[in-house]
Amino acid sequence: MTIQTNLTDPLLTAEHWMEAGRAVAIATVIETWGSAPRPVGSHLVVDGDGNFEGSVSGGCVEGSVVTAAAEVIAAGKAQMLEFGVADETAWRAGLSCGGRIRVFVERLG
Amino acid sequence: MLRDSLQRLNAARRKRLAVVLLTDFRGEEHIFLEGDPVEPPFAALVEGAFRSGRSMAFNTIDASGFLNVYIPAPRIAVIGAVHISQYLTPMARLAGFDVRIIDPRTAFATRDRFPDVQMCTDWPVDALMADPLDCYTALVALTHDPKIDDFPLAEALHTGCFYIGALGSRKTHAARIGRLAAYGFGADALSTIHAPIGLDIGASNPAEIAVAILAQVIKALRTSSRQTMPA
Repeated sequence: MTIQTNLTDPLLTAEHWMEAGRAVAIATVIETWGSAPRPVGSHLVVDGDGNFEGSVSGGCVEGSVVTAAAEVIAAGKAQMLEFGVADETAWRAGLSCGGRIRVFVERLG
Repeated sequence: MLRDSLQRLNAARRKRLAVVLLTDFRGEEHIFLEGDPVEPPFAALVEGAFRSGRSMAFNTIDASGFLNVYIPAPRIAVIGAVHISQYLTPMARLAGFDVRIIDPRTAFATRDRFPDVQMCTDWPVDALMADPLDCYTALVALTHDPKIDDFPLAEALHTGCFYIGALGSRKTHAARIGRLAAYGFGADALSTIHAPIGLDIGASNPAEIAVAILAQVIKALRTSSRQTMPA
């Protein structure tokens, strides 16, 4: 029996990548304040080449998350990222929705 | 996340079980299936997460971290491997629904017509015993044939499917209501069946009817009183 799931399920993607021997980082929205595009619990998964699946922000901070994921994969140490309008990086990345989000990025394995 | 955690998490999600992953910033992870006993420090957190469907960060005297609750993806059980189903299936999957099709008429339920979708050619009474409906499932009955549609409609009413819809004219539906009343359903329960099926957008071909059905399913999913549907 074929299991049908969401076509772009990030955690299933992460498992496929892991089985294929690829290094993987998992980013998770763990807190939001104000209006945030993706709810707490949303995932973005990234492999060692910067391929990614899922979303933690609707597109506006994913570049920064993918960069952090590369460091997390290399160093093995998890990172806590925070993006908001008061934050210069987020401003550059364009989190114009007015909210703040905290994203936990960890290595798989 | 540990490899083992990811595998256990995905295994539960593939089985359409609600599951919580608790990540403790001290480096521990715990996985709880709905109904599992939970160790004391986390019991209230985990039970609250299953009840509300809300993931959250936590900070207690003992620990800090976050927990993610994974509720099964909404699913559409389609009764009838008909022309509308051929359009509804890819549209619904793009919108994030699991789809399965049940039709005992093997002339309709063919791999040529439905490549790459979970399909069952048992009679609904057997198909739904093997793989029951649940409250995360929408039941869409499209055969027009009482022998095939009536049992799953009754089963959906019993189970509390978040959406129940049936194809057919008002006249056909009035006859259907009469038959289902004989199963013991009252007028209130029977009035929850959407028929004629789909939002009234003037749909006039199978693809447009599929859009109308999918829109009505999404409306039911997002505006119902249940708070535990995944985002």
